[in-house]
Amino acid sequence: MDFLRPASWEEALAAKAEHPTAVPIAGGTDVMVEINFDHRRPEYLLDLNRIGDLYEWETGEESVRLGASVPYTRIMENLRAELPGLALASHTVASPQIRNRGGVGGNLGTASPAGDAHPALLAAGAEVEAESVRGTRLIPIDDFYTGVKRNALAPDELIRAVHVQKADGPQQYSKVGTRNAMVIAVCAFGLALHPETRTVRTGIGSAAPTPVRAKVAEDFLNAALDEGGFWDNGKIITPSVAKQFADLCAAACNPIDDVRGTASYRRHAVGVMARRTLTWTWESYRGTTLQKGSVA
Amino acid sequence: MRVNFTVNGRPQEADDVWEGESLLYVLRERLGLPGSKNACEQGECGSCTVRLDGVPVCSCLVAAGQVEGREVVTVEGLAEYARQRACGTDACGMSHVTRDTSKNWQPKPPSDSHTGEGTELSPIQQAFIDAGAVQCGFCTPGLLVAADEMLEHNPNPTDADIREALSGNLCRCTGYEKIMDAVRLAAARQGEAV
Repeated sequence: MDFLRPASWEEALAAKAEHPTAVPIAGGTDVMVEINFDHRRPEYLLDLNRIGDLYEWETGEESVRLGASVPYTRIMENLRAELPGLALASHTVASPQIRNRGGVGGNLGTASPAGDAHPALLAAGAEVEAESVRGTRLIPIDDFYTGVKRNALAPDELIRAVHVQKADGPQQYSKVGTRNAMVIAVCAFGLALHPETRTVRTGIGSAAPTPVRAKVAEDFLNAALDEGGFWDNGKIITPSVAKQFADLCAAACNPIDDVRGTASYRRHAVGVMARRTLTWTWESYRGTTLQKGSVA
Repeated sequence: MRVNFTVNGRPQEADDVWEGESLLYVLRERLGLPGSKNACEQGECGSCTVRLDGVPVCSCLVAAGQVEGREVVTVEGLAEYARQRACGTDACGMSHVTRDTSKNWQPKPPSDSHTGEGTELSPIQQAFIDAGAVQCGFCTPGLLVAADEMLEHNPNPTDADIREALSGNLCRCTGYEKIMDAVRLAAARQGEAV
C-alpha cells in the first residue's frame, strides 16, 4: 500500500489521474473501518486532510458550496439556517467523534443507501461538484446514485464540493434506529417545502438500492396543494391528502430484509415519517413563513 | 513510512508504520501509550478517543499518515493538558521539550498503580474516581477525553448535554449513572474553582 499525501487540490487531482484505483480518505470513518477489518486493501490511499479548501464553504445567492470535507459538526453549528435539513441529518450521524471527522463528501463517495446526508440532499436539491485533471462538472443529485454503493464519479474524479440549494422554506429530517446515537439508519426520510416554486421534495434513505426521491408522491402532493390553494390559504393539509402522500412515499421504496429491519417495516416506517415530516414542515410554514408574509 | 507528530506536547517519531495503520495502533504499539483502548476498531465504542488538534476523534479511524505534523492528546497527557489549560497558555512555565528529551521521557511510576494515588490527575479523572464511575475501566480513557473536552467548551452542561457529548462512548458496566455523576461533579468543582 502507498500513502499519497497531496498538499493541494491540484496535486490530489494529479495523483488520482495517475492512480485511478487510489481510495480517497478524508474523515476515514468508512475507509478505516474497511481497512481495520481487512475488507479492503487498496493499492493507494489518497489522503485529503491537508487540502484546506475542502474544509471551507461559501454561501451564495442560491446555494451553499459545501467543501467535501466540512465535518458534520461544522454543518450543525454553522449552516442550520441555510441548510436546515442537512443540519438535522448531520446531527443524526453516529457520535460527536464521528461527526468531527466525517463529512458529506465521504457520504457521497461511499454512496451507501444508508448514508445520512442523502435524503436531505435529495429533498433540498443539490449538485455534486466533481473534478479531475480533465475539468469540472456538476452532477445533479438525482443522477449521482447509480447503485448500491455506486455513484456517477469517473475513476479519475474526486468530489470537490456539493452545491446545496439554500432553504426557501421549512425542512425536516427523520431517521429510524434503535437509539439516537451510533445508529445506521433502518430507514430515513427528508422533506423540504419550496414555497418559491410551490413544490415539495423528498428523499428516502435505506429503503431502496440507492437513496431515492418519492417522485410520484411529490407530484401528487404538489397538485393537491395547488388545487386546494394551500400555499396561499395556509390551511391544515387534509388528512386524506397526507395519508395518500404517505402511502405513495411508502410505495416509492424498494427495500430489503436485513439485520436492521424487514422490508415491510421499512415501507411502513417511511410512510409514517413522510406524514410526520409533512405535518411538521407544514405547521412551520403556516406558523412562521406564511405569517411573516415572505410568501405572496 | 515514518510519521512525525506531537503527542501530549512531545514531538514523536514513529518508524516502519504500515500505510493502512491507524493512529490508535501507532499510539499503543509503537509509542508505548496504551491508555487509548482498542475495542471495536470501527468508531462505535469511543474507547480510543483522543484529541487531534484539539478535536475529539476515534483514533482507530484516523490513518497514521494523516497525523503527520499534527498534535494529539491522549488520556496519558490529560492531566498536563488540563493543568496548562487551568493556568492559561504557557503561564505555568511549560519547559521547552526537544526530541531528545522526549525520547528519554518515561512515565513517572505511580506510587500505587491501582488507585493512582500519588500521581497527578486531571479534575475529570479525580471526579471519576470520587464518583465511583470506574468499574472495569476499559471505557474510561475515552470517556475522560470526551468529558474533559465537553467541560472545556461547556462549563455548565445540562444532563442532556452530557449525554450527547458522551453518546459516542459505550460503557457496559456502570449503566452510565455514576459516569453522569462524575461529570456533574467535575463541572461543579470547575465552577467553584473559578
